[in-house]
Amino acid sequence: MGYPAQFKYSKDHEWIEVKGDVATVGITDYAQSELGDVVFVELPAAGATVTAGKTFGSVESVKAVSEIYAPASGTVTEANAALVKGPEAINTDPHGAGWLIKIKLANAAEINSLMDAAAYEAFIEEKKKEASA
Amino acid sequence: MRYLPKSPAERQEMLAAIGVKSVEELFSSIPDAYRLKKPLNLPGPYSEQEVIEYFKARAVENSEGYAHFLGAGVYNHLSSVVTDVIIQRGEFLTSYTPYQAEITQGTLQAIFEFQTLMCQLTGQEVANASMYDGSTATTEAVLMAERLTGRTRVLVARSVHPEYREVLRTYAKNSGLHVEEISYAAAGTLDVKALKAAIGPDVCAVVVQSPNFFGVIESPPVLAEIARSAGALLVVAIAEGVSLGAVMPPAEADIVAMEAQSFGLAPSYGGPYAGVVASKEKYVRQMPGRLAGQTTDHDGRRGFVLTLATREQHIRREKATSNICTNQALCALAATVHLTLLGKEGLREQAAQNLSKAHFALNELEKIPGVKRRFSGAFFNEFAVEFPKSVKMVNAELLREKIIGPFVLGSAYPELSKNALVCVTETTTREAIERFVSGVKRAIAELK
Amino acid sequence: MTEMIKKAGRQTNQNEGLIFEKSSPGKRAFELPPLDVPAVDPAKALGAAHRREGVEGFPEVSEIEVIRHFTRLSNWNYAIDLGMYPLGSCTMKYNPRVNEFVARLDGIATEHPYQPQDLSQGCLKILQLLETCLLEITGMDAITLQPAAGAQGELTGLLLIRAHHTKNGNPRKKVLIPDSAHGTNPATAVIAGYEVENIKSNAEGQVDLGHLRQQVTEDVAALMLTNPSTLGIFEQAIPQIAEVLHAKGALLYMDGANMNALAGVTRPGELGVDVMHLNLHKTFSTPHGGGGPGAGPVAMKKILEPYRPVPVLVEKEGGRLALDFNRKDTIGRVRAFVGNFGVLLRALAYILAYGPGIRQATEDAVVNANYIRKGLEGVYDLPYTRPSMHEVVFSDAIQKRNGVNTMDIAKRLIDYGFHPYTTAFPLIVPGALMIEPTESESKEELDLFIDAMKSIAKEAAEKPELVKTAPHTTRVSRLDEVGAARKPVLRWKSEEKRSEAAD
Repeated sequence: MGYPAQFKYSKDHEWIEVKGDVATVGITDYAQSELGDVVFVELPAAGATVTAGKTFGSVESVKAVSEIYAPASGTVTEANAALVKGPEAINTDPHGAGWLIKIKLANAAEINSLMDAAAYEAFIEEKKKEASA
Repeated sequence: MRYLPKSPAERQEMLAAIGVKSVEELFSSIPDAYRLKKPLNLPGPYSEQEVIEYFKARAVENSEGYAHFLGAGVYNHLSSVVTDVIIQRGEFLTSYTPYQAEITQGTLQAIFEFQTLMCQLTGQEVANASMYDGSTATTEAVLMAERLTGRTRVLVARSVHPEYREVLRTYAKNSGLHVEEISYAAAGTLDVKALKAAIGPDVCAVVVQSPNFFGVIESPPVLAEIARSAGALLVVAIAEGVSLGAVMPPAEADIVAMEAQSFGLAPSYGGPYAGVVASKEKYVRQMPGRLAGQTTDHDGRRGFVLTLATREQHIRREKATSNICTNQALCALAATVHLTLLGKEGLREQAAQNLSKAHFALNELEKIPGVKRRFSGAFFNEFAVEFPKSVKMVNAELLREKIIGPFVLGSAYPELSKNALVCVTETTTREAIERFVSGVKRAIAELK
Repeated sequence: MTEMIKKAGRQTNQNEGLIFEKSSPGKRAFELPPLDVPAVDPAKALGAAHRREGVEGFPEVSEIEVIRHFTRLSNWNYAIDLGMYPLGSCTMKYNPRVNEFVARLDGIATEHPYQPQDLSQGCLKILQLLETCLLEITGMDAITLQPAAGAQGELTGLLLIRAHHTKNGNPRKKVLIPDSAHGTNPATAVIAGYEVENIKSNAEGQVDLGHLRQQVTEDVAALMLTNPSTLGIFEQAIPQIAEVLHAKGALLYMDGANMNALAGVTRPGELGVDVMHLNLHKTFSTPHGGGGPGAGPVAMKKILEPYRPVPVLVEKEGGRLALDFNRKDTIGRVRAFVGNFGVLLRALAYILAYGPGIRQATEDAVVNANYIRKGLEGVYDLPYTRPSMHEVVFSDAIQKRNGVNTMDIAKRLIDYGFHPYTTAFPLIVPGALMIEPTESESKEELDLFIDAMKSIAKEAAEKPELVKTAPHTTRVSRLDEVGAARKPVLRWKSEEKRSEAAD
């Protein structure tokens, strides 16, 4: 699966797509493949605030729980309700239907410190090498 | 030693295979100064017969031959030899927690059946595979309410078992929970006025027991409404499960914490028993304890697994919902077999007998001048009565007649110093009740 | 060929539905003696609002059906009675049957926790003798038998520590826990109100004393140490670890889960341990019963004695035993009544059967683990090579090259008639195979196990698919855990209920 060029990526394997002052956040294809079959997602309700680099929810597979970290700060405008009944969307379409939350950005400049698709792909190549070493 | 399957020659052979001269070498990583140089000072070794004799000698130093009227959280009920035959099967008795689903389907399916029975009994949608006992289940239910609401004030009825409240306080002390107690009304039920005055937007749970410690049945529908109006959850503890064969289940409660001792588990001087937490489906991710779930294998056959394990401590570590890792599987199995044997009709009849016998005992007691019922609320198989004399002294008199008298309520409720908590179950014969009543009558007449 | 290997057992296949599916109105398996008092009308006695007619959905079956149902279910279980159960850290040893017998005696099983203490002297003597024996085995000063299991023992131990520090003016903030610890340790520390700080093991799998010195400050309440560690290795520096802690006023908590390696050989009390719990369902043979009940007594040094949970067993004049409920510094109650008495007395029966000979059990357990280690070294990777005590931890590094991991090997072991060992724990060993044979295994059974493990290693090299798709002989195989967690089905529902729910 490709990494969309219009997204930005964090070292914690979240992606963010900014449209105006609202951004959509999800976990990357690499993150979902590491995690395995997602069985449950815990997300903040609309109105909650998230802080860049801080955890805002968790994704569970059968035998692991992973924290999700906000790639940018802001206020949650919507959480993906479809994930309650169909968390598998995170595995099948992590960059699309498997999105997690939409946030109103508090500081759009934060996005600039994130990686673009090419940098992220290089980053995960490194990770894969480390894991097999 | 009869439990050890090795001959001296085999031990030598194995040491040689390992490549050491003596077994001492295998303990070389323990600094020599700390290795015991002399045998432990322990009694034994005992043969099987001597072990039996030791415990038989202890048994006769207990209460054999006495009739008793104690309940207060531990109840004498009939149980079938079948239950014991099943739980002593080595395949159940000597099996571990069913993490390897393929070779523990027996335990897993039995747990699934237990969970179903507990839901049917309590009127709740999901139940866990069991926890330590009723007291810790009640505490876990409160901690669950805290997680669900994010609030920290707990309102607990004083008519909840005193020891359950003590356990709650021990756990609350370090988890930032504030426990406040709500008194009881003349009926023996929770004082609704006091509850309404105390409840507020910082309350996570209202905790009652039903039938409560005085044996009186609470009204979960009313209490649930009060709790809900403040955004709090209603936790209902049940210490006497047999009541559910005759009494409406607390379906309105958000969380039910039950002690399953009444279902085929011997009193055994306080344990082991089995606690249960049951709740609504929507709260399942915050439930403590193990859960067995139904699924299919790769050929589509029905099978069972432990599921939603991410709530547990071996995965969440410091973020776990509870630190309890065992359930009381064998006790839960005993309860499952027992309830299956009883069945719908058996449980109904058992509950009806408890009700009839307890009412008979109360009627007989009330014929004694000066003895009167303390609370007016409906009761199941336990009730509080006030004696004109000290309960302790009455009990001392009863002991002479080989009767262990009722629980002394004054020991936990100073204001009820002359009150006794009498329990009568289907195991209490009419003859024993009559002997007890005439004993009380005589004691009261003789005590100055 | 695998078929040439003698297997330890074979799973029986039976077909059995849920008990609810056998139910038919009017059948019953239990009859009560007739009521000998006038019947009351439940509707009148309870009031219409409280009255329940019966439990909807409750099974209605006969006695033979109950027997067959549960006997058939039992056939789907593996058990110690069927063969070796090498689950590391779980100490699955033989559960003596006489212990079951004495727990059911009249005058023992029948006793009510609130009966007069003068009529409970037998029960209290049992508790007192068990206390004495456990203190002798651990070398500690005082004990509480109340905790219901190991995890509750841990909590009790930490609450004692907290009470001690609080009494000295400050409960302190942190509990140190090695990265090799059981997951229960950190969960417990949090419930006791502490922050958890992990400490790293050194290359030999031991606590790094240098690091520890830096980490222990006046903020540290205690270190929770499992000894032998979950690698099955004795913490050689434990007296020094205790010194480092004590110098800063911190205490040493020992997780006694692995006491089966030490009983009769060394005593934690003499190693500098301040407080520890014991898992009676591990070291002291009380049956696991499919996951409980257990018991987790906590033994401690004198300094912690005043804080013990109530009630405390005391000896009065003339040797009369009593329960003391009024203790001003107590941490309170951790469960109702006096503890899991029925479990406690089984542990005592076990100790009495051995007496001082309990050391022989410990020695045999350690011999067995080392015999397996010797038999499998080279066949499986041994990441930590310090001497093994009662268990040995291998890794799947060799088999991983063919795509076979520890879980696959574990599942294949089932086909050879054994219960799997503990997989993927401790966390510091990637792909761990944690094997604890206990003293209950004969040389013959151990040889069968070693042969099976060697055969699986060969299969992993030659026919990895056979291992990766195991087990092949069980009634069900590779159950869908993902489906179970995504859409949990946690209870049976009748056909009508299910169709209602679907609407």
